[in-house]
Amino acid sequence: MAKYLLLKHYRGAPEPANNVPMDQWTPEEISDHIQFMRDFASRVETTGEFVDGQALAPEGAWVRYDGEGRPPVTDGPFAETKDLIAGWYVIDVDSYDRAIELAGELSAAPGAGGKPIHEWLEVRPFMAEPPTVTE
Amino acid sequence: MEAAVDETLLRSLTPAVIGILVRRGADFAAAEDAVQESLLEALRVWPENPPRDPKPWLVKVAWRKFIDATRADASRRRREERLEAEPSPGAGAALDDTLQLYFLCAHPSLTPASAVALTLRAVGGLTTRQIAEAYLVPETTMGQRISRAKRTVADVRFDQTGDVATVVRVLYLVFNEGYSGDVDLAAEAIRLTRQLATLSDHPEVAGLLALMLLHHARRPARKRADGSLVPLAEQDRSRWDTGLIAEGVEILQRALARDQVGEFQAQAAIAALHADAQRAEETDWVQIVEWYDELVRVTDSPIARLNRAVAVGEADGARAGLAALARLDPSLPRYTAVAAYLHDRDGDPVTAARLYAQAALVAPNLAERDHLNRQAARINATARR
Repeated sequence: MAKYLLLKHYRGAPEPANNVPMDQWTPEEISDHIQFMRDFASRVETTGEFVDGQALAPEGAWVRYDGEGRPPVTDGPFAETKDLIAGWYVIDVDSYDRAIELAGELSAAPGAGGKPIHEWLEVRPFMAEPPTVTE
Repeated sequence: MEAAVDETLLRSLTPAVIGILVRRGADFAAAEDAVQESLLEALRVWPENPPRDPKPWLVKVAWRKFIDATRADASRRRREERLEAEPSPGAGAALDDTLQLYFLCAHPSLTPASAVALTLRAVGGLTTRQIAEAYLVPETTMGQRISRAKRTVADVRFDQTGDVATVVRVLYLVFNEGYSGDVDLAAEAIRLTRQLATLSDHPEVAGLLALMLLHHARRPARKRADGSLVPLAEQDRSRWDTGLIAEGVEILQRALARDQVGEFQAQAAIAALHADAQRAEETDWVQIVEWYDELVRVTDSPIARLNRAVAVGEADGARAGLAALARLDPSLPRYTAVAAYLHDRDGDPVTAARLYAQAALVAPNLAERDHLNRQAARINATARR
């Protein structure tokens, strides 16, 4: 088993095919989208592959040490141009292929017109612990 | 099947037992550890062999655990002998012990997060695992937080009089955390506040208890089956718990009669006015505005001013609400959401839709974000038709 991080982006991912901002959807389309996300999580939970899923607020800041006795430097709370992570799922699956398969399913979440968004998701493997036993 | 141990009873006895150990001379951290062990022992033993009187049983076992722990530490042997010679306490001091424990756990030297964790553990009798689950953090994280809190208050003298306002603040934080895992923190906060109310006749304790009961009464109607938020005006009022409402109102009226209004009494009064309306249209917004004026007076809180603007919008029309809003700082949390709502009510859908979408971006939780996105979508969908 290996853990993978599926990352959703507010910004920074390639543009999805069905790219309509959420406030232009109908309320029913929003409900369907949320239900899809919820169903995905509970399905992955039933298969024993779910580890964690969290949503992030859009505001973020880069922070850096700026030398002794000085406060850390930040780029301010509203940096407009960088990548922004919207949230993640952590899954624990048998193979890379399975991780890709699940990310593909998640990317099919319905958006405007009830059609899939084709949202681009980032899939990143977790660094594994060194094996206890070397074969 | 084995009879289940009454965990609520166990938890309610916890603070008194810790208090008794401390008064007999145990330091706070050691007393707290010993009592936790005695609770585990009770869970193990009581199903088959219930005690006639639970509290002395817990005191006896906890004291033995404490002595065992102390005995293991050779350097403490002399102190332990002195402790064993102490007389057992009289009955009258028990209530004071519990109250002291509340003060200690809410001590101003603790951060709010630590004060909450320590209160749930020492006064509430929850296990570290339960608290960790409720706050969605790993158990080791919560264990560290609690140990640090115990070290922080290690030198605080137990007989020091605390400030009831800090205790009330901590319980309010617990209430607002909701629940996950197997502990409902709102219900736990109510239980602890009820207990505190029997120990202290401070009107703000009563105010907080009334506020909690009135909010808790509305909880069954607050969310749809899919977890989405139902705004107050759209809630199915037949699902409100009338028993809790009646109790909350009665507690509030007794507190208000003492004429020492504080922020929790004022908030409870607002909640009571909402609870009093059979239908949303019957809400007495004029009185609610008056209570917000009172709340602003006692707290000077910008959030209270923001909520007041909403109430003014209902009492005197959306324009008046927007005028009240214009005097506030736009960087306030939920400012944009309130502005969107008032523009919506004022019949300006274009501005409202734009502000709802903007407010969704900065919403503090998913339920609110979804709600705001739906509002924007509703207006935009109507406009397209």
